[in-house]
Amino acid sequence: MKRAILAALGLATGLAVPATAQDIKVGLLLPFSGVYAALGNDIEAGFATALEQFGAETETTFEIIREDTEVKPPVALGKAKKLILQDKVDVMAGIVSSGVLGAVRDMVHGAGVPLIVANAGNDEATGAACSPYITRMSFSNGQVNRPMGQWMYDQGIRKVYTLAPDYAAGRQMIDGFVQTFTAAGGEIVGQEFTPFQKTQDFGPYMAQAKSSGAEAVFVFYAGGEAISFVKQYDSFGLKADLPLYGSGFLTSPLYVNAEGPAAEGVITALHYVPTIDSPANATFVEAFKAKTGRIPSEFAVHGYDAGRALIEAVKAGATDRESLANALRQVRFDGPRGALSIDPATNNIVQPIYVYETVAGEGGLTQKVLAQLPAEADPANGCEMAAPVSN
Amino acid sequence: MSHDLGFWTLQALNALQLSMLLFLLSIGLTVIFGLMHFVNLAHGSLYALGAYFAASLAAVGGYWAGFFLAPVAVAGVGVLLYSGLIRRMRKSGPMAQVLVTFGLIFALLDLTRIIWGDLALAIEVPALLDGRVALLGVEYPTYRLFVIALGAVIFAGLAFVLGRTQIGAMIRAGVDNDAMAACLGINVERLFFMVFCVGCALAGLAGAVAAPLLSVTPDMGLQILIPTLIVIVIGGLGSLRGAVAGSLIFGFVQTFGAVLAPQLASVLIYALLAAVLVIKPVGLFPAKG
Repeated sequence: MKRAILAALGLATGLAVPATAQDIKVGLLLPFSGVYAALGNDIEAGFATALEQFGAETETTFEIIREDTEVKPPVALGKAKKLILQDKVDVMAGIVSSGVLGAVRDMVHGAGVPLIVANAGNDEATGAACSPYITRMSFSNGQVNRPMGQWMYDQGIRKVYTLAPDYAAGRQMIDGFVQTFTAAGGEIVGQEFTPFQKTQDFGPYMAQAKSSGAEAVFVFYAGGEAISFVKQYDSFGLKADLPLYGSGFLTSPLYVNAEGPAAEGVITALHYVPTIDSPANATFVEAFKAKTGRIPSEFAVHGYDAGRALIEAVKAGATDRESLANALRQVRFDGPRGALSIDPATNNIVQPIYVYETVAGEGGLTQKVLAQLPAEADPANGCEMAAPVSN
Repeated sequence: MSHDLGFWTLQALNALQLSMLLFLLSIGLTVIFGLMHFVNLAHGSLYALGAYFAASLAAVGGYWAGFFLAPVAVAGVGVLLYSGLIRRMRKSGPMAQVLVTFGLIFALLDLTRIIWGDLALAIEVPALLDGRVALLGVEYPTYRLFVIALGAVIFAGLAFVLGRTQIGAMIRAGVDNDAMAACLGINVERLFFMVFCVGCALAGLAGAVAAPLLSVTPDMGLQILIPTLIVIVIGGLGSLRGAVAGSLIFGFVQTFGAVLAPQLASVLIYALLAAVLVIKPVGLFPAKG
């Protein structure tokens, strides 16, 4: 009741001064150095693209303050404190690593500053550790892989061997797939988690997979490990007998060209590929290419949609931390990824998942969309929050 | 799960391949340490530089240009490092040396990021070494066999130079007792310089060879550093035999650990390292008797 009155008051003051242009301070918390620097750069470019494209839809001006997390949780926490206490930002966006998200979560939640997560996929962040101030515009680890279990079963695949790096994201990605694949009636004939960022040679695991009697292999790897894995898988000549499936980060447009022909024919699932055939995506791809000269990756679209969500929230009348947090939870729009909305129960994005094959096209490797799987909200996973106040 | 003979052959080859890659890296580091008592933690960064040079050169002149020129380029970087930093650090204690070369890791890491960007690069395997060959009843990637053969050739070459030539005798004398070697008229300082450059070139070669197998990323030097240090500590600082033994032990423990006890894969090698340090702190094949 008290909240409703407060919100009503906030709304009333917002209505009272509608014409004045205001300034919203945005803190971008991204890694610009360290292993995820390439991701941070893509997200920032996407965010800027969105502000350029949709900024005119509102009177509000946005002041961006960027801080480098260095992918180090303690550093990121310090930077978050600086943004919140010293710069007094109205909203924060970014966060690539789930470790960093875990570190800043309590600070953000306690200070009541809305945070738009533009990458970090840890299931917990919109599960047991959810917060009404944290809205995720990227993905959750389970969400990306869950639809793939049923889909692979429908393709006639019954026995699968899984591989992933041994850390939270690796396990959540694989668990998402295994849940639905076994529920559909499939069998996991072997499963291995490789030491995270300590594995140079995947040969031993590939030989295991080969002798396991599986019909296909499902993996999650990202970045440098993904490149090594895909190249080594191909060099052993396994692709023909034991097709490679996985989470779409395996063959992300960000580094698929470093994988080269080895990536051809790999089938993966992800929430975005640059070849989605829609006007919204065409506009985005064009704008991003004009800005950076690169094809946008899924990371770029996270930044783009985070920027767009902020503008939508402002358009809905949000002006300060409290109202922005509330409005962000109710954002919905059609973006490059298709129809997006926020699940009020967890604050996680609800979005379609695309199954795509990496194929050779003009001027390098490209993504051929095989299927669009319907959007599903994640299970609440222990998240308990009051519903947002509708505006 | 059926593990036939072919499976084990395949894994043995995998182990051998990993060992040889580590050997190329650790031999440079261990000889530099043995001869100069200089701990060069930036050795991994030189390996990363080798991979980057190879990637750039391969883009211009094909794989072999990278393969042959990257070690030369890294040796060039070694010359710069030696004359700019390391010669001054020779007389300072190991703590200062460790700190300086540790700092170098990050300086070189950011330098690679500034020059080559954050995105991973790749080198294609040359057509000659592409594909697989049937060997001992298994199909094995040709390029991996090439890595094994290259490691064996470098080992034979170094064993010959160190054991049978005058330069080798001088190096061994220097490792054993540098003051005495200097008294006998050996220019130990020049010898150090040469060995340092050869060590750097070998690190560059390892980078160039590893590039088509792995991905070329700025942090690849950091990731390989710990395994390399483990190899030389297990093998014994400063000895060629130690580097070979250490590499083989690391390669086989890592590979068969991953197969037989996957849950322990990441711990096994550290457990072994601890055991070696407790039982034989100087390593299995120390340089000095």
